[in-house]
Amino acid sequence: MKLTRRDALAIGLGATAVAMLPLRATAAAEEKIAEFTGGAEIGTGDITLEAPEIAENGNTVPIGVSAPGAEAILILATGNPSPPVATFNFGPAAGSQTAATRIRLAGTQDVLAIARMADGSFIQTSATIKVTIGGCGG
Amino acid sequence: MAASALVGASGFGNWARLAAQQRLTQDDLLGFDTFGNVSLIHVTDIHAQMVPIHFREPSINIGVGAAKGKVPHLTGADFRARYGIEDGSASAYALTHDDFSALAQSYGRVGGLDRVATVVKAIRAERPDALLLDGGDTWHGSYTCHHTAGQDMVNVMNALKPDAMTFHWEFTLGSARVAEIVEGLPFAALGQNIFDAEWDEPAELFKPYEFYERGGVNIAVIGQAFPYMPIANPGWMFPEYSFGIRDAHMQQMVDEVRAKGADLVVCLSHNGFDVDRKMAGQVKGIDVILSGHTHDALPEPVLVGETLIVASGSNGKFVARVDLDVRDGRMMGFRHKLIPVFSDVIAPDPEVAAAIEAERAPYLDDLTEVIGRTDSLLFRRGNFNGSWDDLICDALISERDAEIALSPGVRWGPSLLPGADITREDIWNVTSMSYGQAYRTEMTGEFLKVVLEDVADNLFNPDPYYQQGGDMVRVGGLGYRIDIAKPQGERISEMVLLSSGEAIDPGQSYVVAGWASVNEGTEGPPIWDVVEDHVRRLGTVTVAPNTSVEVAGA
Repeated sequence: MKLTRRDALAIGLGATAVAMLPLRATAAAEEKIAEFTGGAEIGTGDITLEAPEIAENGNTVPIGVSAPGAEAILILATGNPSPPVATFNFGPAAGSQTAATRIRLAGTQDVLAIARMADGSFIQTSATIKVTIGGCGG
Repeated sequence: MAASALVGASGFGNWARLAAQQRLTQDDLLGFDTFGNVSLIHVTDIHAQMVPIHFREPSINIGVGAAKGKVPHLTGADFRARYGIEDGSASAYALTHDDFSALAQSYGRVGGLDRVATVVKAIRAERPDALLLDGGDTWHGSYTCHHTAGQDMVNVMNALKPDAMTFHWEFTLGSARVAEIVEGLPFAALGQNIFDAEWDEPAELFKPYEFYERGGVNIAVIGQAFPYMPIANPGWMFPEYSFGIRDAHMQQMVDEVRAKGADLVVCLSHNGFDVDRKMAGQVKGIDVILSGHTHDALPEPVLVGETLIVASGSNGKFVARVDLDVRDGRMMGFRHKLIPVFSDVIAPDPEVAAAIEAERAPYLDDLTEVIGRTDSLLFRRGNFNGSWDDLICDALISERDAEIALSPGVRWGPSLLPGADITREDIWNVTSMSYGQAYRTEMTGEFLKVVLEDVADNLFNPDPYYQQGGDMVRVGGLGYRIDIAKPQGERISEMVLLSSGEAIDPGQSYVVAGWASVNEGTEGPPIWDVVEDHVRRLGTVTVAPNTSVEVAGA
């Protein structure tokens, strides 16, 4: 029996994706951050990113982000081949600066959310989402 | 409530000394000076063990990160020293692994739901409105449970009249069957973290919490199902549901029940101990976490801030009683006892004994058929290989003509003493599940390493929220070294094919047999048939001590 990588993932302990190490932020991610912030310093503040610790399915991972007072929030999957996920823009009439979506992750990595606030400052938060073969517990 | 204001005691130690003097009685085991105004009774991870068994606790249970060197990650002499347990005592037998086979001769079997019923009824005699809370992993784990799709356990547990339950392996019955049972349950089915996968909203079938008014106290019990169900078990069997820890939602639920007037907030959890310990620090306002999943049995609660964590063992071996003094919406004090269910000391409850017998009667001939005999102690628990899984791996290698075998690191499954017959029931007790096909395939050395690294990180990630609560995948025909302190991808080294003594070649393919794949469509004979054929062929089983895994960094 010849085993392709795809077959290998479909047997044994089962898999949706395999990652040996958390995927690192790539140059593409750095570039996108620079474009969004214009090189400004990024602080911390009232920004929350809701994400599962371990993805149930790396192909569709539900995340939610909230940053009261933000004009825009950039979401990056730092370890994906193409890191930009979305930029949410909030107009002055927006009732809340909250958004939720589902994203695809190539493997265990940090997902980053950066908010541009009304005063032009930037704040960020991140979450490590693990993408695992799965196995057995308890 | 300031932690220092909390007055607590654990009824532990007395019965141990009495037992050493051969004077252990049911009264000693059940003796409890009723305290405060509320009693909680906790059972968890019974894994369908309705009749008395032997169950050896682990010799290796390594803690990492903040849990390093802390309970429940103490075993053997360290555990006994921590709790002042005498060597050779009844509590040493119940809670630690050393001299297990010898002590089992003195102290006998443990568990049996008819004995558990006696304990529960005795507590209710003293506190009629005590809450009985079942932490889940109840409808899985035996021959009869498999053949009745959980109905035997549902019937017998209903006779114990629980007040609430949460879930893990129950979902491996498939979501249709789970819905069918849950809709008819005469008590609350709870899980604040059981969500509808499509809408990412709380699932309608499971309430997040339930209120109980007991002893003049408004008690909210919040359920927390096993967070990693679709990852650790086959998600295709329950695609409608999503889980996760969801501690932000847990906080929301705690705040909600407090706003509705809860004086006492209890979390009935299947998180596993280390996840519960972290959650107790993240979520504010939980008074008691009744902890399940990782099968830890602790003779005293662990206090995190103002939250008590109670770990009550597995397989029907223990019942925990927690009495609480709740006044003015605050928990002021507690008294706790982890009651070991010594089957020869505690009398079976006749009503529940009859219910168990009725469930087993149609299957009795199959259950009791002797397949072989063991010369060795067969046990499962421990972070690495146990002798039951060594036997299962041997069966996979010889019956399936493989070079390497993999057996999942589950924590359920009773032990068998040297000299014991191996019956069909014994084999099913350590193998039964709804996805027990024994696959045979090829894997490259590189992929085998990825598998070991991945599972090792599920066990040894320093952040408990990234752990799944199982043990390391068991291996046959393969040796390796593991450095627990390293990050994922760097823990596993020196992988060796034991049959040739040669290093595993990343590029070479090896014939691998295993079972319990989480993938849909896995083909192969049921693992219990593979093991039964092997044991029948051997007649008498002898399992040599396993030295194939070298552990460092602990």
